Amino acid sequence: MNEIWAGMLAAFRLIVTLDADLVEITLRSLQVSLSALVIACVIALPLGTWLAIRRFRFRRATIATLNALMGLPPVVVGLIVYLLLSRSGPFGVLGLLFTPTAMIIAQVIIITPLIASLTHQAMRELWAEYHDLLISLNTTSRQRIATLIWDGRRALLTGALAGFGRAIGEVGAIMIVGGNIDHATRVLTTAIALETGKGDFALALGLGFVLIALALLVNFAIHTLSRTEQEGTW
Amino acid sequence: MVDASILVALRDTCVKRRGKTILGPVNLDLLDDGFTIVLGPNGAGKTTLLKVLHGVERVSSGTVKWSVPDAVARQTQAYVFQRPVMLRRSVRQNLAYPLKLVGASASDIDNGVTFWAAQIGLTEMLDRPATRLSGGEKQKLALGRALIRTPRVLFLDEPCANLDGRSTREIEGVLQRANAAGTRIIMTTHNLGQARRLASDIVFLLNGRLHEQGRATDVLRAPQTPEAKAFFQGDIVE
Repeated sequence: MNEIWAGMLAAFRLIVTLDADLVEITLRSLQVSLSALVIACVIALPLGTWLAIRRFRFRRATIATLNALMGLPPVVVGLIVYLLLSRSGPFGVLGLLFTPTAMIIAQVIIITPLIASLTHQAMRELWAEYHDLLISLNTTSRQRIATLIWDGRRALLTGALAGFGRAIGEVGAIMIVGGNIDHATRVLTTAIALETGKGDFALALGLGFVLIALALLVNFAIHTLSRTEQEGTW
Repeated sequence: MVDASILVALRDTCVKRRGKTILGPVNLDLLDDGFTIVLGPNGAGKTTLLKVLHGVERVSSGTVKWSVPDAVARQTQAYVFQRPVMLRRSVRQNLAYPLKLVGASASDIDNGVTFWAAQIGLTEMLDRPATRLSGGEKQKLALGRALIRTPRVLFLDEPCANLDGRSTREIEGVLQRANAAGTRIIMTTHNLGQARRLASDIVFLLNGRLHEQGRATDVLRAPQTPEAKAFFQGDIVE
């Protein structure tokens, strides 16, 4: 119990004094996870919608694979991205290993299947509703996807937030590809892992509270901006 | 060859699903202008016929030939469903949607929306969510949305099923004005009174086959087949 109190105090002190390290780590966490979220959404929203409206031969297998990939173990993703980006790997020349970019790549791989799968679920129902009209209006695939994404945006928001939650709280992959380097690739989760290892539970807990607060804050902010639960049921 | 005054010609058109014949074989010519009512009991193939004409139902055999190339024909058609499909947007955006798809200018969209909102009597409700409208209002919105691109041909699948007298009268008014303005209308119903009020010609279907076709006055007064006669007298035909 003492440790939790000490952790809360430490968190409070860190936040009130706007501790430079804390701010830096927090901003990097946000930068990495939000970048990964944006990139993953750009890929996953059209992909999930496309899967909902398109009939093709291996559709079932593709969707099953996508659902399975939702549970992709981050450590394994980290390992594979590490091997690809390491000096002797195929993309070694880019020199991306142990940079925030490498962490973004790993997180995109982890959350894209999750967002695509949730998108597919939501879009399947909306497509059943819109199907006749959009076919009758002679729309192109691109117009269909755009219409479904726009009209289903509230459902997609949930998917995107789930993706963000997974990214911001993820530690296994970014630890491997980022390396938890101070002032370079240290983020909240890797810092917590490090402080816990060092036995500095107060600081670790402090960082943990900041992480939770951050996740809540981003969720509230996005909900407020998109005005969900305010304009009717959709 | 398709004659100049013939809009669309069906030749031995058949639609089969899982070995069951839903429609056909049907041989049917529809002329360039008029107001066609497709009559028949449930399951007669009315909706299938409309979808075949609209090009959204695959034909198992036979042909559907429009007087213009298929792509042009599809671009200038609109379809109103029995259960109107409302986009989860405002009434205004629902009306504007077909124009946006073809890249109309903002002022054209504005003018179109204002005009058609007045036509269908929904001017007051432009900024309401379309999904919150009543059944009659939804159907009127669907009709306005179908007419906003001034289609050459408008298909309607029982647009007045489940509507009360007043909504039905309003919708019929819009349809007659559109027809007078040059839109070819092909509509299904099993309301005989509606057929009498609107039709210039009638197509009578039963069990997927064409039983009777001709000018409305002739068909309604003196049907040629016993099935059509029975149906028009109000008997139950199966």
